[in-house]
Amino acid sequence: MKHTISVLVENKFGVLSRVAGLFSGRGYNIESLSVAPTMDTSMSVMTIVTHGDERVIEQVTKQLNKLIDVIKVMEMKEKDYIDREMMLVRVSAEREKRDEILRIANVFKARVVDVAAKSITLEVTGTDDKIDAVLRILRPLGIRELVRSGKVAMLRAEPRA
Amino acid sequence: MEEKTGAQILVDSLVQEGVEVVFGYPGGVLLGIFDVLYDTDMRFVLTRHEQGAAHAADGYARSTGKVGVCIATSGPGATNLVTGIATAYMDSVPLVAITGQVPTEMIGGDAFQEADIVGITRPVTKHSYLVQDVCDLPRVVKEAFYIASTGRPGPVLIDMPKDVAACKTASSKLDSAEIKGYKPTLKGNPKQIERAARVIEKASRPVIYAGGGVIISGAGEEIKKLAESQDIPVTMTLLGLGSYPGDGPLSLGMLGMHGTYYANMAVSESDLLIAVGARFDDRVTGNIEEFAPDATVVHIDIDPSAISKNVQVDYPIVGDVKTVLKELNQKINGPDQLRKRSRRNWLEQIDTWKSEHPLYYEPSDKVIKPQFVVEKIHEVTKGEAIICTEVGQNQMWAAQFYRFQKPRRFLSSGGLGTMGYGFPAAIGAQLGNPGALVFDVAGDGSFQMNVQELATAVQNALPVNVAILNNRFLGMVRQWQELFYDRRYSNTCLAVEPDFKSLAEAYGARGFLVTDPADVEEVIKEAVNTPGPCIMDFRVDREENVFPMVPAGESIRNMILGPQKKKTKKKSLKSVK
Repeated sequence: MKHTISVLVENKFGVLSRVAGLFSGRGYNIESLSVAPTMDTSMSVMTIVTHGDERVIEQVTKQLNKLIDVIKVMEMKEKDYIDREMMLVRVSAEREKRDEILRIANVFKARVVDVAAKSITLEVTGTDDKIDAVLRILRPLGIRELVRSGKVAMLRAEPRA
Repeated sequence: MEEKTGAQILVDSLVQEGVEVVFGYPGGVLLGIFDVLYDTDMRFVLTRHEQGAAHAADGYARSTGKVGVCIATSGPGATNLVTGIATAYMDSVPLVAITGQVPTEMIGGDAFQEADIVGITRPVTKHSYLVQDVCDLPRVVKEAFYIASTGRPGPVLIDMPKDVAACKTASSKLDSAEIKGYKPTLKGNPKQIERAARVIEKASRPVIYAGGGVIISGAGEEIKKLAESQDIPVTMTLLGLGSYPGDGPLSLGMLGMHGTYYANMAVSESDLLIAVGARFDDRVTGNIEEFAPDATVVHIDIDPSAISKNVQVDYPIVGDVKTVLKELNQKINGPDQLRKRSRRNWLEQIDTWKSEHPLYYEPSDKVIKPQFVVEKIHEVTKGEAIICTEVGQNQMWAAQFYRFQKPRRFLSSGGLGTMGYGFPAAIGAQLGNPGALVFDVAGDGSFQMNVQELATAVQNALPVNVAILNNRFLGMVRQWQELFYDRRYSNTCLAVEPDFKSLAEAYGARGFLVTDPADVEEVIKEAVNTPGPCIMDFRVDREENVFPMVPAGESIRNMILGPQKKKTKKKSLKSVK
């Protein structure tokens, strides 16, 4: 099962390798990882998507907490958090396909960020479900290249009932 | 304020932390630091290999409870520390390892003697630092000692580039460390302790399973009180030996793969297992599915990640073992009449197991039995010595037959299982305990892994005694080959070995060759009365095995018992009350 873990860390030398090394050293998986400084630039937030059963996730959380540079570990429970991912996707765009691509972009509120003779590049932001949906629809048109940011997540200000 | 170099700040900080002795080896990038060391009163012990320095610092730390310090140069010096650091990490030993590094601007350029030691040691350190600015140094040293010695202790590495050691700054003294992400939990949750107290009162067949955490936390008295006020028998892990007196009325000795019959049976039949400062290691549990199948489990440990890692725990209590046990002892009431009776039956049952299958070996007056040597060491030293071991049969025989009465008297690489640990650890222990009798119970294979430290022992006139249980085999591996691989002794026979007596003498130590059981006691006495290091080469029964033995992956009930005592004398496990 997929789990999203948010890790607040000291923005110190080697902190990424400590976290990544913990996962590889103990045989846990990282499906995606994104990291950048917070408002206070002495700290960063890492959003890690991993999978495993409850026991594995409990160990992951405890092991992360053991790292000296880790300040706080939060497991994002379903519905209690908001999450977004961004994707840049370059689609083959022969003249006759352009309209269709733009229509799809419109439906999904994607932005056109680069146009070339034979391709259009879209920026798509949303939950990973939405991004997967966009990909499913664009795939038959011919995807040339894609880059995903990995998920970023934040707890809701007020948890949903 | 006065300006100081990084090297001076480092050494001053060590002095401020109360460091009495540093073990190490010099090298190119350490020249500045060693130049400062030349003028200090702090004792420096020059080992003959960096691995020896790490193990010696470890032996010093385990035997004294203080932080051990070692230092090595960049590149190969630093990588030679790795086994020692990993050994300390697995056994939660407070260690600060300082390594030299190539100058900052050369890092990453594959310079001469460059190694990414922070990267290499990342999985085997509690924390590590690459000092990039000399101004950070006082804080780094303060934090390193704080992290190494608090919570679940462990090794911390400080990597010091050469230019940082040379750089000058006005240094400020720091009195305490403040680390945002590091706040070990010391006090246990009162409600959990309350629940544990209730479940302990209700148990009919309880067992205390005491690990290294009891010794680290200094909770020997509290364990004793819990056991003796409640009539609960105590079994100990390898690293927990000495947390309850081995001769104590409720001692079951060690459990696990080479544990006693009665300890393994008691755990298997228990209805309550109180795990204290232990981590359910596979050498303890055997087949995890069949480990203590009927027991409710209470687990007290300072490391939250140790809880429910291998075994599902019913009553977890995170906190310092001593603090938690003190509170638990206050909250707990004596068992009611019914439980008292069932506990009496329980202790009687254990007595029966004890008399059925005590620890035993076939004595001989023709060939020296290795267990006999350990028993004689116990006798001559009155059970008061600090015993270090190597790894393998020697380690298990020392654990089984030297009945440890006090904590911090048994130093052994339990987690990593490092051959070559014992001798340098004995050197460190002797330096930390100048008046103590220190022994390394060694195998002929293990001893050769750090034999070069003979020079260190001689140079420092340390009266350490090495008892080599010499069977000219890598005995434990040979034992497995005998039992599970059809006696195909693939590369476990040490066909060529030095004459250890002459080797000792070549280094300027005293050597003894012992082949007759009748001479064993005399030689041990002679060694104990010799002011310098002694090497005793006991030629022991070559194919003697360690029993009981639980084959890997089996339930700990399924022990191979080995030779059995003919007549059983009843040795009683008495209830204290």
